[in-house]
Amino acid sequence: VGKGAGDRREGFGVIASAALELARWQFAVTTVYHFLFVPVTIGLAWFVAGMQLAWYRTQNERYLRMTRFFGKLFLINFALGVVTGIVQEFQFGMNWSEYSRYVGDIFGAPLAIEGLAAFFLESTFLGLWIFGWDRLAPKVHLAMIWLVAFGTTASAYFILAANSWMQNPVGYKKVGDHAEMTSLGKVFFQELQITHFFHTIAASLLTAGLIVLAVSAYWLRRNRDVELFGGAAKAALVVTLFSSAAVIVVGHFQAQILTDKQPMKMAAAEALYETSSPAPLSLFAVGPWERHPKRTDIDIKLPHALSVLATNSWSGEIKGINQVQSEYRERYGPGDYTPIVGSTYWTWRIMVGIGFLAFFFSLLGLWLVRRGRGLERSRRFTWWAYVFLAMPFVANIAGWLFTEMGRQPWIVQGLLLTRDAVSPRVGVASVALTLAGFTAVYAILAAVEGWLMARAVKHGPEDTVPAAAPGAPLPPLVY
Amino acid sequence: MLVAAGYFNLESLWFLLIAVLWIGYFFLEGFDFGVGMLYPILGRDEAEKRALLGTILPVWDGYEVWLLVAGGATFAAFPAWYASLFSGFYLALFLILLALIVRGVAIEYRNKHTGAVWRRRWDVAMPVASALTALLWGVAFANIVHGIPLDARGDYTGGLLDLLNGYAILGGLTVLAAFTLHGALFLSLRTRGELEERARRAALLLWPPTAALLIAFLVWTAIDAASTSAKQIVVLVLAGATLAAGASAWPLAWLRRMGMAFAATGAAIVLFVATLFLWLYPEVLVSSTEGVASPTIFTTSSSHYTLVAMTIVAIVFVPIVLLYQAWAFWVFRARLGREDFEEVKNPLDLLGRTPLGRKT
Repeated sequence: VGKGAGDRREGFGVIASAALELARWQFAVTTVYHFLFVPVTIGLAWFVAGMQLAWYRTQNERYLRMTRFFGKLFLINFALGVVTGIVQEFQFGMNWSEYSRYVGDIFGAPLAIEGLAAFFLESTFLGLWIFGWDRLAPKVHLAMIWLVAFGTTASAYFILAANSWMQNPVGYKKVGDHAEMTSLGKVFFQELQITHFFHTIAASLLTAGLIVLAVSAYWLRRNRDVELFGGAAKAALVVTLFSSAAVIVVGHFQAQILTDKQPMKMAAAEALYETSSPAPLSLFAVGPWERHPKRTDIDIKLPHALSVLATNSWSGEIKGINQVQSEYRERYGPGDYTPIVGSTYWTWRIMVGIGFLAFFFSLLGLWLVRRGRGLERSRRFTWWAYVFLAMPFVANIAGWLFTEMGRQPWIVQGLLLTRDAVSPRVGVASVALTLAGFTAVYAILAAVEGWLMARAVKHGPEDTVPAAAPGAPLPPLVY
Repeated sequence: MLVAAGYFNLESLWFLLIAVLWIGYFFLEGFDFGVGMLYPILGRDEAEKRALLGTILPVWDGYEVWLLVAGGATFAAFPAWYASLFSGFYLALFLILLALIVRGVAIEYRNKHTGAVWRRRWDVAMPVASALTALLWGVAFANIVHGIPLDARGDYTGGLLDLLNGYAILGGLTVLAAFTLHGALFLSLRTRGELEERARRAALLLWPPTAALLIAFLVWTAIDAASTSAKQIVVLVLAGATLAAGASAWPLAWLRRMGMAFAATGAAIVLFVATLFLWLYPEVLVSSTEGVASPTIFTTSSSHYTLVAMTIVAIVFVPIVLLYQAWAFWVFRARLGREDFEEVKNPLDLLGRTPLGRKT
């Protein structure tokens, strides 16, 4: 960052650091909130596309009712994903103007391409899908929801490429007081980005799978539309099983890349202070309630496991926090380069733990429905399906908190510090006001959305639609 | 003209593309905002309100993306402009964001529940949010061209109240009035029967105040921009063309040439935004601080590599987007009437319609 920004900041002192903290809170609140809806949008889009394809292929009316019922839930969720997404794009310039100046040459490109190649696609074709039931030929109408699903997934790819670049900047050079792109290909196709993308898409499908399962469980427990919801639940279990397996496997390779690219993040995730060879895997650790506890009070370990997981060798060396800290101090100058260890350690474990729980839960579900036995008779399992509705959201939040908090104090790993990235002229009162404003409006919207969702679920699918005969026009979805 | 003046370069191309994105946004969302303000007034019962709102329901979200892409393109092509603009207009943009959120949710959620109180609340939220957004966009653009206090780094040094000067408020009111008129003409084109006639009468009534505001704003702009440089003369010609296009809307509406009248306000919006952007060019913000130079497209732009890469991406995707958005517009071309939305007890009641939405 240029000298000017530094000079100005000194004058503000404490107030500037309060503005920085509030800007970080605002990013956390708006991003976590936005990401409650995003995976549901991506995952449910593929579900609904699959259901409509099943209807198109078989002309079985059950699939049509399924499509329209889950399509409605998809739409209620989609609206909030859209409106909270605008805030995300504006926020970089509003709160992080120094960041925008420094990295815009690289970071702006995926954002612009996301709008051009993905947002236009999903929004335009979603309108055509919702209102096109009676205006488009069935095959064309089916193509609309597939294009929406494709658009939501493409959008994830572009924004994740931008985020991957913050974790591991590649394809750039430093020029004066900012960074410039030297390879769009590297920004878009670096190894970390590929795993980041598949991990997020798998997590989205997992989220949608558990939603479809819980909603189906609601009606199965009431013995209504057993055939429809039994089928949906089974499909959801299969999707959840495969996507949780994918989350775990891709996550494993992602962690190996991170061990190499962001050693501090992974050391903090394991609360590993001293460089170890072999390194044990910590299963449960408790330390003093501090930012950087110097020790752990309880630490249950699995010998060799971290070495094996992270380096594919029985005694591979894993760098500890203390060594990375001193290396960074040498390379980047004096300063604290350690993230909050406790939050990194626990968000990582919550995310991974839920991934495994979802895997075993879906396995159990599929065992229960083997050879056509219905879930409607497994009251305990369907009750647990409600509990598992909340799990993917907790895991998604934990995953992002781990990714972003584990990178601190950097906003771009090794290149730009978060405290140098904030808007220098935006005062603490302004950030406080907008933080309060967004939080209040988002809270109200969450209540409204939750109420609408619950109502749509309880209302159930439309009654028999006799016009399901081939060629007959169908009414628009909701209006 | 740009080539002739020796101005052709990638920076100018991206400035032009960003201008086109804003033009697209204001043209398309302009009538969406207008419909958002007018439907609770023009629609006398539930069926009419739904018919009026139905004209934008399938398409509004696709149009809002024009704004997102304009923002993203500014970030990618002119990072320093994006940084100064978005951090400088901090609280104004916060209000715009809140209004856009409320408006989006209002459009999408209003019809998802039939409760009278529920709908009445959204029928208040939607016009207020639409009006606020239109007003604030006008205020923001007037400030961009008119000048704001900046420091040497291009950061805005004023506060929210500095943005609310006379010129900016006049600009805000002009945009607000123009969008309302544009929306009324759009409705007269997309509805039929009683609604069509009511929308036309609304447009005729809205025209005089809109014209007065537009004349006042353009005269003020012309006085500001008056100079003998070639560019300023083109700016003045564009401003004159804006007036002429806007002026022709009333007689055309009076003669019931609604398509032409809508094209006239559309052309006025296109020319209006073009006027402001050309006046600004090649600056991106105008510094009103003594001794601080205005940032330009050359001082704020990305590297050559990024601009080339983004140009290739734009050449590939922009034509495709235009094609499918035009197709979507065509799919939903049918005029809507109140009888299409009379309370539907069963979705099957809607089945008796032809693919264009009319009852057989």
